[in-house]
Amino acid sequence: MSEQTRTTAPAVASTTHEAPRIVTRTGPGKFFADTGAVFTREILLVLRDPFTLIFSLLQPLIFLGLFGPLLTGTFGGGFGGPGGEGLTTGETLQWFVPGVIVMISLFGTSMTGSNLLYEIMTGSYERVLATPLDRSAILVGRALKEFAPLLVQGLLIAVVCIPFGFTFHVVPALVGLVLLGIFGIGVGAFSHALALAAKNREWLFWGVQQSLLFPLLILSGMMLPLEAGPSWMQTAAKFNPLTYMVDAERVLFAGTFDDPAVLWGVVAAAATCAVGVAVGIRSTRRTV
Amino acid sequence: MIRARGLTKTFSRRKEVVEAVKGIDVDVAEGELVAFLGPNGAGKSTTLRMLTSLLEPTAGEAQVAGYDVVAHPAQVRARLGFIGQGNGGGFSYKVVDELHNQGRFYGLAPAVYRERAADLMAALELSGLEKRAVQSLSGGQRRRLDVALGLMNHPPLLFLDEPTTGLDPHSRANLWEHITAMRERYGMTVVLTTHYLDEADSMAERVVVIDHGEIIADAAPGVLKHEHADDALTLVVSGGDEPAVRAAVPDGFGEVVVFPHDPSTGSGGPDGLRVRVATARGADALPGVIEAFRLAGLTTTSASVRQASLDDVFLNLTGRSLREEAAA
Repeated sequence: MSEQTRTTAPAVASTTHEAPRIVTRTGPGKFFADTGAVFTREILLVLRDPFTLIFSLLQPLIFLGLFGPLLTGTFGGGFGGPGGEGLTTGETLQWFVPGVIVMISLFGTSMTGSNLLYEIMTGSYERVLATPLDRSAILVGRALKEFAPLLVQGLLIAVVCIPFGFTFHVVPALVGLVLLGIFGIGVGAFSHALALAAKNREWLFWGVQQSLLFPLLILSGMMLPLEAGPSWMQTAAKFNPLTYMVDAERVLFAGTFDDPAVLWGVVAAAATCAVGVAVGIRSTRRTV
Repeated sequence: MIRARGLTKTFSRRKEVVEAVKGIDVDVAEGELVAFLGPNGAGKSTTLRMLTSLLEPTAGEAQVAGYDVVAHPAQVRARLGFIGQGNGGGFSYKVVDELHNQGRFYGLAPAVYRERAADLMAALELSGLEKRAVQSLSGGQRRRLDVALGLMNHPPLLFLDEPTTGLDPHSRANLWEHITAMRERYGMTVVLTTHYLDEADSMAERVVVIDHGEIIADAAPGVLKHEHADDALTLVVSGGDEPAVRAAVPDGFGEVVVFPHDPSTGSGGPDGLRVRVATARGADALPGVIEAFRLAGLTTTSASVRQASLDDVFLNLTGRSLREEAAA
């Protein structure tokens, strides 16, 4: 009897004590696995909160529903934009929808840092940093979470607009969304760096984010055509990476791949992503 | 488990260079329970963050759990648990989700992290709170969740940064019970920072006293108190004046202070003198002092021994009281 307990006791102890205790991922697979783990954590918040999800899906539709008719009404007669004279609702949408999609992507990804601010304050960011996660995976995973709903929103907007004369070119539009995703990772990483720089001063984050957001939006020709504006605005727009994104998205949503605007969009997205992630990683390493 | 040499961290804030940690050498052997004790801003947390690879040292080097913190930070982090000053669990998350997330961060397979999460929740009295949001938990529950999160990778080395700050005495005792049990269970080396003297005194097997970014003492609490502080004997005596009392104190004792006795303090008779005598081993010395007084014709009406505390140690080493700084 006592013999038996003696033999089983160490066995039980060794299963809880030993085991391959430490698991370490290595190699290029680590980045993707880590990004997946970070993304999973972030997206759980969205999935666990269906009301926020529903409202975030409806928001751009409401915007489109209110702003679109106004745009058609105002510029329907003598539209100074791409189509020239007398645009139909369908043509206005064709011009306007890609802009709205870029806009919601910018809103979403530029807020990546706001959740981070809260997590820096409560301490959970520090806990995440103390795990073996790849630093760039933390950035990319978080930015992708802001971008993921956009895929759904973008598709929803496009489908809803079809009855009003919008032509939905599925494959080029999807390519456009992927391009926006790459751009969004860069914006998300910038937002991440901004939150780290602002840490514990929430107002600073929002102040900078808001003051950058609107000039960028307007100077990209996203909501109103820049052709109607003064020449300094058009010059300024040339230095705004968002301009190239908007132009590329318009071309792609029109169903065209074969246009230099697409190439410029790719360049703008890749550059924003590379610089953003570099800045983000640098500030992640420096700020604890 | 830990070997650090010349560990240094300087921060520059607005052209002003602050030397937070000034070339610390410290070794921690496997299985030890070590407390870094010091006032706020002494460099305890900065040291801990360098040892956990969260902060890159300005100079010096450290091997933690077999790896260099600068060259292989991910390997170091995979082998340690870190419980920071804040709450590890994201406030909007459900308890069980965060534990599973933590498992994924450490690259564990789903079956493994599910089992570990359930196991740790049971061990840390978190069962039944699985679906609760972290922000709805009490302070003690949140802290236990922090411990559970820190143990998801079953680390051989656990760091705790001010683990019980802000908890009520009951929760503090409860948390310590759990930390001690988990240490036993996983055979962990534990390193913590604290500015609670009693906590360092009662829990740690070794206390490293840090002040102004430097280690000023490093030993078991009992040894520190013996070497750097004295017990204090307080006696109320009658039947003699101050010179007589001073003369009656045997040789080999430290500072002797004599002042008039105030009966309203409760002990001793209505008249007499209060005598405070410093000595290394108070309890052993007290009977001898009373006997010496008796032989000198003095009557001892009250006697007490106050044991040296780590605060006395800190006071003697730095000239400042840690207790006052903690309260300030």
